[in-house]
Amino acid sequence: MTDLLQVAGLNVSFPSRDGPVRVVRDVTFNLGRERLGIVGESGSGKSQTGRAILGLTPGSGTMTADRLTFDGIDLRQASVKTWRTLRGPRMSMIMQDPKYSLNPVMKVGLQIVEAYRRRGDATRADGRDRAIAMLEAVQIRDPERVFRAYPHELSGGMGQRAMIAMMLIAEPDLLIADEVTSALDVTVQLDVLRILDDLVRDRGMGLIFISHDLRLVSSFCDRVLVMYAGRVVEEIAASDLHHAQHPYTQGLLNCLPQIDGARGPLQTLTRDTAWLA
Amino acid sequence: MSALIEVRNLAVTFGSGRSHVQAVRNVSFDVAQGQSFGLVGESGSGKSTILRAICGLAPISAGTVHIGGQPVRSPRDPAFYRQVQMVFQDPYGSIHPRHTIDRVLSEPLAIHGFKDAEARIEKALQDVGLGHGFRFRYPHQLSGGQRQRVAIARALILEPQILLLDEPTSALDASIQAEVLNLLDALRVEKKLTYLLVSHDLAVVAHMCDQLLIMQYGTKVEELTRDALQRRAATQRYTQQLLVASEGFKGP
Amino acid sequence: MSDVSTRDWLLSDRPASRRQARLGQAYRTWSQLRRNKLAMVGLGIVVVLIVMAIFANVIAPDDPIRGGDLRTMRLLPPSWSHLMGTDDQARDIFSRIVHGSRLTLMVVAMVAVIATPIGLAVGTTAGYFGGWVDVVLMRTTDIFLAFPRLILALAFVAALGPGIENAIIAIAITSWPPYARLARAETLQIRDADYIAAIRLQGAGRARIIWGHIVPLCLSSVIVRVTLDMAGIILTAAGLGFLGLGAQPPQPEWGAMIAAGRRFMIDFWWVATMPGIAIFVVSLGFNLLGDGLRDVLDPKGET
Repeated sequence: MTDLLQVAGLNVSFPSRDGPVRVVRDVTFNLGRERLGIVGESGSGKSQTGRAILGLTPGSGTMTADRLTFDGIDLRQASVKTWRTLRGPRMSMIMQDPKYSLNPVMKVGLQIVEAYRRRGDATRADGRDRAIAMLEAVQIRDPERVFRAYPHELSGGMGQRAMIAMMLIAEPDLLIADEVTSALDVTVQLDVLRILDDLVRDRGMGLIFISHDLRLVSSFCDRVLVMYAGRVVEEIAASDLHHAQHPYTQGLLNCLPQIDGARGPLQTLTRDTAWLA
Repeated sequence: MSALIEVRNLAVTFGSGRSHVQAVRNVSFDVAQGQSFGLVGESGSGKSTILRAICGLAPISAGTVHIGGQPVRSPRDPAFYRQVQMVFQDPYGSIHPRHTIDRVLSEPLAIHGFKDAEARIEKALQDVGLGHGFRFRYPHQLSGGQRQRVAIARALILEPQILLLDEPTSALDASIQAEVLNLLDALRVEKKLTYLLVSHDLAVVAHMCDQLLIMQYGTKVEELTRDALQRRAATQRYTQQLLVASEGFKGP
Repeated sequence: MSDVSTRDWLLSDRPASRRQARLGQAYRTWSQLRRNKLAMVGLGIVVVLIVMAIFANVIAPDDPIRGGDLRTMRLLPPSWSHLMGTDDQARDIFSRIVHGSRLTLMVVAMVAVIATPIGLAVGTTAGYFGGWVDVVLMRTTDIFLAFPRLILALAFVAALGPGIENAIIAIAITSWPPYARLARAETLQIRDADYIAAIRLQGAGRARIIWGHIVPLCLSSVIVRVTLDMAGIILTAAGLGFLGLGAQPPQPEWGAMIAAGRRFMIDFWWVATMPGIAIFVVSLGFNLLGDGLRDVLDPKGET
């Protein structure tokens, strides 16, 4: 399996009053056409990693990497023109809250058509048909209505599905999903994941699934990266998670309450300052 | 012995006329003294609205709420606030951004005329595991978990019997959630409190509560004990759906 | 014990008293403001204005009211002995401007002191109570807003007679409505926050909630708005002075000076232009300061 994405020595730092703060430190991994989960708590640097891959590090931050290659293209040197051909058609990102990622004053359908037309010069009628087909593919029962609706008229789950439709209509090779299910109800979460699962399988996409929910990630992804304080502390196959080596991963797994768990106090995570090195 | 909290046929309706929303419809349950009772549901199930109706932040459109055998008065009186307190979900929104922690804890004492405020504040901070150094900080100088501890300290400083907990750990990281849940458990035993806990996370409720009520669309789906839940002895389809969903994603 | 510098004490993350915490916050805000060069320029101008007003007697070289020799010292151009020239009454313009800063400062301070509390009180009460209280207070606000400042001031002055005190009252009356609107808008947002629910659940009365919880949060935007308004207040006072409704001659009010100097605009430009420049610089100063304060005091960025 040739690697779609190769990341080595990725560093992102932001300036602060006491000097630069490294929020992503020496992150290294490869991604094929598989599902990779990146798990971490808040402040672990997982979102910034995703953004750095797409060249979306905020202006105040600095991103450096020994290697950042997408399908042979060196992203570190990419020009604005190159990014324009990559972002959208070949690499895409879905974010947490569709309310903030969808243009609130534009109808959903038009936004999806716009995303489609960025790929090439499709005619307008073609765009509309493809958009409706995509909305059906994400299991929206009344695609015509959603096509004509504004983002605020959709529920959380539907908005998220519309976002997925918009990001996938251009059929990217790489999709980064940043906490896409965190704001959703549990039953809706699974629906959305099922949709992502089908689409990734059908289209052979590479998926990076960023989340704080270790349980969810371990059940959905093939491989998992665990991040703490900007570093990757563990890289493991999802099925092997219970044999995790790093104490942070073990602690994270053990501190979760279980329905079948015992009544006594939950195991808490004692953070070792050695992990910050 | 009658229950400490008795809710009978509670209904909460917002708005009026054509734009009215029935957030809660005909919900009844009892919570015994010293018990930890859970309300579980997804968004829109009305579980948080029930808490708000009990403490007077939402109107009771129909039905009754009795605390310790007495019906709640509208508006609630100071005696009620000495008996029932609430911990809110969002640690970033439940503490006034311009007040020091000292002010947050001393204000309720001042309102109710407690004399030994100094000692009570120090003890409250100790009880929730925050040292003295936190007393004069501002909320933005605290982490999410620390803020939630302050919220718990604030709720307990008036020495209530009942704590209403509205998704107290949903906004916290998993490792911090474990610490806060352990703290809540320990406090309940130590101070002999009664908890009414609302959460969308079945695992959290199963861990913290002996008895739970599953809700959907504002109505009760079923009431279960923890044992029944662990045995998967749910009678309703929705409960079973929730149980399955909590096990994570299952591919084809 | 004094190994700890003052700066460290202020920035300590374990403050040991209310005072230390408050001073620490103030210091942090000040450091942030200091980084904004333009805001510092604005602050500098305002400080110069205040210093000029306080020490007017010392700074001004000549008497602002009594002129010199009417035969030889009228309408002299700017020179080393008269930095801004003299006017048609042979008075040193620079001295008049320095003394006029007192009037300007008085107008600005009094209007701020009168209008701000009224605006805050009306806005927060209307926003928090809602219902008919809101309707009554806001419609009253609308009535006051409907009058352009200058027209209302004219009416006032026509009723009470011209003079700087009446001008101040007139300006204050037309200044508070925007602050009320602003405070109300903020209150409506804050009202539903969990921390307000929490204090209600502790049995706090409405007055305590409004005064102790809501007003502190509205204060930032109102302060910024008041500072930015100061330029407009100065111009309105100048306008009233220009129309002869504010300060009466021979008071060295800057607007009145422009009015008086109008006739000499072509041949003796400095008589009207100097006070104009003074008004411009002070307005600019308040604007820059207000902008800087807005960046620093923004309550949305609660860090």
